[in-house]
Amino acid sequence: MKLRTLGRHIREGVKNISRNGWMTFASVSAVTITLLILGVFLLLAMNVDYIAKTVERQVEINVSLDLLADEDAIKEVEGKLRSLSNVDKVTFVPKEEGLEKLRESFKEQAYLLDGLEEENPLPDKFVVKAKKPQDTAAIAAQIKTFEHVESVVYGEGHVEKLFVITDIIRNVGLVFIILLSFTAMFLIANTIKLTIVARRREIEIMKLVGATNWFIRWPFFIEGLIMGVSGALIPIILLSVGYYFLLEAARTTPIFADTLLPLFPLVYQVALILVAIGAFIGIWGSLVSVRRFLRV
Amino acid sequence: MIEMFDVWKTYPNGTHALKGINVRIEKSEFVYVVGPSGAGKSTFIKLMYREEKPTKGQIFLGGFNVSRIKESQIPLVRRSIGVVFQDFKLLPTLTVYENVAFAMEVIEAPKKQIKPRVMDVLGLVKLKHKAKMLPNELSGGEQQRVALARALVNNPGIIIADEPTGNLDPDTSWEIMNLFEEINQRGTTVVMATHNREIVNTMRKRVIAIENGQIVRDEQRGEYGYEA
Repeated sequence: MKLRTLGRHIREGVKNISRNGWMTFASVSAVTITLLILGVFLLLAMNVDYIAKTVERQVEINVSLDLLADEDAIKEVEGKLRSLSNVDKVTFVPKEEGLEKLRESFKEQAYLLDGLEEENPLPDKFVVKAKKPQDTAAIAAQIKTFEHVESVVYGEGHVEKLFVITDIIRNVGLVFIILLSFTAMFLIANTIKLTIVARRREIEIMKLVGATNWFIRWPFFIEGLIMGVSGALIPIILLSVGYYFLLEAARTTPIFADTLLPLFPLVYQVALILVAIGAFIGIWGSLVSVRRFLRV
Repeated sequence: MIEMFDVWKTYPNGTHALKGINVRIEKSEFVYVVGPSGAGKSTFIKLMYREEKPTKGQIFLGGFNVSRIKESQIPLVRRSIGVVFQDFKLLPTLTVYENVAFAMEVIEAPKKQIKPRVMDVLGLVKLKHKAKMLPNELSGGEQQRVALARALVNNPGIIIADEPTGNLDPDTSWEIMNLFEEINQRGTTVVMATHNREIVNTMRKRVIAIENGQIVRDEQRGEYGYEA
């Protein structure tokens, strides 16, 4: 395609948009609403994902050794733990340290533990972290078979439930986003179809005098692209401002502090995704509508 | 220039529009296509500029096998043909000049060539002075002249006209016919479907009569042959 022709197509595409002002407005509004809902869902999904990952990361396996374990045995268990393939980190917590931690958590009542230093009743412990949180249960089962291991605790049951819930949220979010995208695509395709019907004569004449299909398609392609991308603008602004205020509100609420994703680069990512989806919706919608009219 | 070999056209609803057409039209010929409504005239015309595809048979036009051509090649065929219709098919929002220039723009003709060429053909149809007017400010005959100018602007070897005088009064019809005659004199092949008995009988040319999907008569300097 010649550069001069590209200029013509862009001019035509822009002209079409102003010529069909109200229909364009309806199209862009449809994209705007869809992308807004999609964006809210995206922010929600990304944050749930983030929170889930944070929680997942905190899942640890507490391995308590029996009281017969001497230093050699401890070394042996540590070696075995480290040789497990899915294990990320192994930390040894000697019973003295365990007692210290217990003392800290008792705060003012710590005096209750006085005198236990001599006859420390706590076991030596290993804290094990899995590379992938989902492997926690399998690793725990393996560790249980080791010698000198008294008990293995990792929040059995709760962890599995958490993983199931985060998976469900991710999948539902994905399905929702795909469905909404399709809705927007059909809306924009329909609107462009209306604009094409209004210009049927023009297309007919273009075909009769020998314009190529791509020559006819280009202005609609550009029109769709502009509509899709401009439909993304308002959602991006609203979502950025809205998320900024949400973060401000969360900062002053202790339980939410630091649990949400920071503003940057999140808004850039969301903006990029919305522009890309808007552009895709617009182009796809326009090409689908033009296709029918090019068959002669 | 145009050749058809055993061409059949059956529409999806089962109508047999054409049943075994064989015809040969030479370069620079002027041909009337006559026949009752629904006899297959329009289909015959549409096959030439590949608006319709034959169900069976071969069509050759200016070096292309139109019946076998790829979808992407259709624009090339169309560029070698100018088409004129009964209802003019002008774009109402464009001026006379723009309507004609449009045909050159969409085939990506060099910009420098567009203006002189458009003014040239507008001169040929004697509408230079109305170049800036809109189609609805013109009479029917003038509008058809604009359509003819548009059909001619890309220098096609063939002009195909589907009832070009169908919407015009007798005087205006003759104006248009004189233009077609002039174009034909310059070497352009003209194929014209028409119902105009007076014109066919006065301006004597080759007449192809189609009835019931078949060519029933093909005479040089023929007559219209049907009651008005």
